[in-house]
Amino acid sequence: MAKKLKRMSIPIFLILLLGSIAMIFPFVWMILSAFKTVPDVYAYPPKWLPSSWKFNNYVKVFQMIPFAKYYFNSIFTSTVQTAIQLFLSVTAAYALVVLDFPGKKFLLSLIRSTMFVPIVVTLIPLYLLVSKAKMIDTYAGIILPQVFAAFTIFLLVSFFSTIPQILYDSAKLDGCGYYRILSEVVIPNSKSPISTAMLFSFLGHWKSYTWPLIVTNKATYRTLPIGMKYLVQESSSEYQIMMAASVMAILPVLIVYLFFEKQLVKSITLTGLKA
Amino acid sequence: MREKSSAMRIHRVTILGKRYESAQVRAAAVLLLPTLIAIILLFLIPVVQVVAYSFTNYNLTTGMKAYNGLANYEYLFTDDRFFKAIRNTFTFATLKLVIDTSLALAIALMLDSAIPLKKYLRSAYFAPVVVPVVASSLIWIWFFDPGIGPFNQILSALGLPTSEWLYHEDTALLSILMFSIWKGLGYNVVLFLAGLQNIPTSYIEAAQVDGAKAYQVLFKIKLPLLRPIISFVLMIGIINTFKVFAEVNVMTPKGGPLYSTALMVNYIYDTAFTSGRMGRACSASIILFLIIFALTIIQTKLDARKTISLE
Repeated sequence: MAKKLKRMSIPIFLILLLGSIAMIFPFVWMILSAFKTVPDVYAYPPKWLPSSWKFNNYVKVFQMIPFAKYYFNSIFTSTVQTAIQLFLSVTAAYALVVLDFPGKKFLLSLIRSTMFVPIVVTLIPLYLLVSKAKMIDTYAGIILPQVFAAFTIFLLVSFFSTIPQILYDSAKLDGCGYYRILSEVVIPNSKSPISTAMLFSFLGHWKSYTWPLIVTNKATYRTLPIGMKYLVQESSSEYQIMMAASVMAILPVLIVYLFFEKQLVKSITLTGLKA
Repeated sequence: MREKSSAMRIHRVTILGKRYESAQVRAAAVLLLPTLIAIILLFLIPVVQVVAYSFTNYNLTTGMKAYNGLANYEYLFTDDRFFKAIRNTFTFATLKLVIDTSLALAIALMLDSAIPLKKYLRSAYFAPVVVPVVASSLIWIWFFDPGIGPFNQILSALGLPTSEWLYHEDTALLSILMFSIWKGLGYNVVLFLAGLQNIPTSYIEAAQVDGAKAYQVLFKIKLPLLRPIISFVLMIGIINTFKVFAEVNVMTPKGGPLYSTALMVNYIYDTAFTSGRMGRACSASIILFLIIFALTIIQTKLDARKTISLE
């Protein structure tokens, strides 16, 4: 090992380090630039550091657009979507792993087939359906069409299959019905996979773009990504303000990521390798 | 004692010639009902409708909705903008798949060797994957600004020619591609890295004992064993690149200079939600689906052949 370390690693390490700086650079630029003043932005030669460290740009974001409202909309819709999606995924995955019933194979392949039809293909009928139900510019219209995801079902299926059969058998011997096995055996034994699925689906909903874009016309129902898209047009290239808004949208996600990185990476590889 | 034995008695039903425990069938029906409703409403009905609407002149602005046969498809095949969108999508997807997959593979192979700060490095490559597309697009819009963007400032400081980036038809799509590779690279790196770490070290050690060179270990052991993951990455990659919309819509809302950045999803979006031509947009959606479907099939077929010839 030690020999290998000495022989191979230094040039490779330097290449990777250089690459990682390129990957991180946009974030550093964003955080620094969110403090810049207008003259800083237009300075030549370019200024890498802001001339002051005041939070004016952040204040301006809230003055220019209803940023707090967008933030609330994103948190609210993502939370409800995640809750419904998790409910659907846990019940479905449990039934698919534990229970024996007719049509199981068919249902599994039906769920799998949804993964092969990108949402853009069904976008227009969905939009027409939602608009017929008078749900354009409503929270229900943003939330409901996005609650089904085969991805979390399969993530949980792969976790539930690893629960030892003996736990099910002994619960059955104790007279547990199939609902109680779900609530008292499967869910307590799957806290970490369920929280992983939750994290995944929340992050997915948090950055969701296409659907909220088409289903909202009024600014009051815009989620954060949609609000920020319009900020580009409305701020007419006031980059320092765009950066302040980006910091506020990205930072919570980056913090969550740093805390849960292991879980995220593990579940990506798990589902990735199994599919 | 008696209670237990009655609980053990199991009711069975026969459905389609197979025996099931009725309690399980009942529980499955209850637990799967919500998912089934969701699949029907959010998947099956829209899939049927998108096919049906594609044969109509459904138009939201005029309120028309009549069967018009293949007229939409005929229109699309003579529409320059549609062809441009298809060409842009193929260019984008090809470049992205090739660059992204090979770069991610190279990075994963390097990360798999003995190096310091491995954990930090992996996090750095993965970080862009988790951040929202729109917020990170905003950063890159500034990077690409021809006047006050850091890219041009660095280039001109080095005495190199500058570029118009998003504002010229030759470079706009490539600029979005740059962003897209930065944004997505880490996902494949993580997948490849996991695959490499699954290769038993005994294989590699045995080869080294036999005097295999590093490149031989790479081409004879690592890459063949990575094949399933590479094919998975390609399949997901095909589907994902043909779905790209958000970054294009944010960075070039009108489809870029001379429609040079419009991808198929942008065309569908414009047709449906700017012009209100739902029928035509549905036909374009069907074509998009068929392309993705065909490519996925070709990819699986090709890959199966490779695996066989290797053995």
